[in-house]
Amino acid sequence: MEWYLPLIWSAIIGVAVILYVVLDGFDLGIGILFPTASDERERDQMMRSVAPFWDGNETWLIMGGVGLFVVFPQAYAVIMPALYLPMIIMLLALVFRGVAFEFRLVSHSKTWWSFAFTAGSTIASFAQGVILGHLIEGITVSNGAFSGGPFDWATPFALLCGLGLMCGYGLLGATWLVMKTEGPVARRARGQAKFFLVLVLAFMAAVSLWTPLMEPRIAERWFSLPNFYFLWPVPSITALTAYLVWRWINEERDAPPFLAAIVLFLLGFAGLVISNFPYLVPPSLTVWDTAAGPASQIFMLMGTLLLLPMIIGYFIFVHWLFRGKVAEGESYH
Amino acid sequence: MDFDPVLLARLQFAFTVIFHIIFPSFTIGLSAYIATLGVVWLRTGEERFHVLMRFWTKIFAVSFAMGVVSGIVLSYQFGTNWSRFSLVTGNVLGPLLGYEVLMAFFLEATFLGILLFGFNRVPAWLYVLSAAIVAVGTALSAFWILAANSWMQTPTGHVIRDGIAYPVDWLQVIFNPSFPYRLAHMLNAAYITTAFVVLAVGARYLLAGRYVAEGRTMMRMAIGLLVILAPLQLFIGDQHGLNTLKHQPIKVAAMEGHWDGSKPVALELFAWPDEKTETNRFSIAIPHASSLILTHSWNGLIPGLKSVPPSERPPVVPVFFAFRIMVGIGLFMIAAALLGAFLWWRGSLFEQRWYLRVMAQCWWIGFVAVISGWVVTETGRQPWIAYGILRTADAISPVPGATVAGTLALFVVTYGIVFWFGIYYINRLIVRGPDQPAAVKPSDTFSNRPIAAARDAGGTTID
Repeated sequence: MEWYLPLIWSAIIGVAVILYVVLDGFDLGIGILFPTASDERERDQMMRSVAPFWDGNETWLIMGGVGLFVVFPQAYAVIMPALYLPMIIMLLALVFRGVAFEFRLVSHSKTWWSFAFTAGSTIASFAQGVILGHLIEGITVSNGAFSGGPFDWATPFALLCGLGLMCGYGLLGATWLVMKTEGPVARRARGQAKFFLVLVLAFMAAVSLWTPLMEPRIAERWFSLPNFYFLWPVPSITALTAYLVWRWINEERDAPPFLAAIVLFLLGFAGLVISNFPYLVPPSLTVWDTAAGPASQIFMLMGTLLLLPMIIGYFIFVHWLFRGKVAEGESYH
Repeated sequence: MDFDPVLLARLQFAFTVIFHIIFPSFTIGLSAYIATLGVVWLRTGEERFHVLMRFWTKIFAVSFAMGVVSGIVLSYQFGTNWSRFSLVTGNVLGPLLGYEVLMAFFLEATFLGILLFGFNRVPAWLYVLSAAIVAVGTALSAFWILAANSWMQTPTGHVIRDGIAYPVDWLQVIFNPSFPYRLAHMLNAAYITTAFVVLAVGARYLLAGRYVAEGRTMMRMAIGLLVILAPLQLFIGDQHGLNTLKHQPIKVAAMEGHWDGSKPVALELFAWPDEKTETNRFSIAIPHASSLILTHSWNGLIPGLKSVPPSERPPVVPVFFAFRIMVGIGLFMIAAALLGAFLWWRGSLFEQRWYLRVMAQCWWIGFVAVISGWVVTETGRQPWIAYGILRTADAISPVPGATVAGTLALFVVTYGIVFWFGIYYINRLIVRGPDQPAAVKPSDTFSNRPIAAARDAGGTTID
């Protein structure tokens, strides 16, 4: 068995997941911030800042899910039934949120679709956090299949992660607005970014303390020697980055707070990977346990290595095309 | 209360997939139509093609959003409701879906952004190219989905080890025996479905006396396409049927309501297949006609439903009726297209109000035909989820039936709301009409754009 293939693939899927979290994160964040806008014109402006991108962003969610299905079918077959309800609630929330982009433009009264956009974004964010949190906690597995109950995921830790991710997306959304809009929306977003930054730090601290207390294997990973020497920069850089986000917002810089917020997410993700690798379904299934046959992995890898750079290429192109700020009241239709 | 998880999971999948299939079968065709309008606009410089392109792009955007969100649901449902299926077939089917995402989804999603919002930012040729790329993306997506679905119907190129399917030959997996027929049948169905929507909207405008020039253009383009594609579909469908007879004879027996394999097959015009008595009630049939169609011989024999035990048979009634609905609509479409072409040739297409009236009501018939076709092929495959490899009953997730029932209810409510508003808003866009006053030529639309220097291709002929 080619032992390195699952490693390559966990890296690729990891990249897909983090791309999803960051990209859909900022447009879900727009939905979370939607009710704070003073009128529908401002909401138009906020939505317009993400409208050309949301569809491409959400495609990374399919990429992550299908990637898991392709390369780690057994993990997919365990995770999906275990997280059945939060998954389906997330998907339904994304249905409402996705159609709201178009329906809101066509409808006479925007109020209800603005509400659907907010509710969908908020619920989807919360459900994603719950999914992540419950994965970290571990899934009940016997004989390679999920063997728990339908509400196993409803734990205090998973719910905490749900709130944490909501705040994280709120931070990304607010810093995105700082970068992409002007006028009252951008001004308000600066304050919102600071508010969410504080909450995100609190949640990150809570998770970082909770996980090692909950899982001795995670405590050992972080606090044994010599690991500690290599790992202490992770929390330190996180603190530094958070300081920079704050400072750059105060200096009224446009893009830097958003980029720094992304770095904050990357660091949080790195922390999770450090805690849980090589488990894909902690604490029972590693990336090697659940990998597909080498033929499937290689076939998919060939296409991915060819197509992924192209995707990233036209992805950058479209962001470049829609560069610059969205003025008030700008919309298509 | 007792919930059967297999039945409920099947209902949930059937419900979500039928809801979903409506949108791809429209957006595959509509994206191609929009790209065609764009190319014609660039070549002729005639404003009405541009107006039509913008108009249909708005309708496309609403439909595409519904297609995307319902498609994401499907890609996760393999895991939530059918985790055993994912485990057994994941090695083979996973990469096919993976390629769909990598090749098609990202392409569509990215360039749709340009098509919807980039009009003011890119040169005309790139705007039209984006429309073409979206169209290619939707067709590519159909390519991979149908490869996966066809493999579930006629699996080749794999081996089974410890109950799990492993790929051996990817070309055989993708180009499995039923794939070319299924792909041709589905793509053609999508283009026909869309053409009928365009035809209906055009007829509606002519009846109302509004947007007459645009309405005439839509009707001419639709009929021009349909007069070729609708008869072609009869031929493709026939070839597909012969292929199914070779690989899944019991499915064909169910389609025909054919019980006794030792007799020549009659063409059942109407009947009620009775699975208990293994006969057809109320049968009105043309003796030998199906033998003639399927085997090209008067007394040709095909296996009957009785040749396998009841546990190996698909549910006969839905397959039998869905097949008749599909074929009936197909024949009606051919007649409508030929009649339209005849009226056009006579020069009275836009004056025959009865024809306009009937066509204005026919916007939905393609969708019903597509859904019926899927019922035939998917229900006809039962009791197998992957033909000969895995039974549907063994493919289910370890999830309690009550959970599946609860989420099914959520799906019905959500999709009910979304679908109702989607249709309502599309209708509103149609009522509002292609009224964009922007009197622009492709060459000067983009003069003040960042990349205006690159705008000349195709636009230069008009100044």
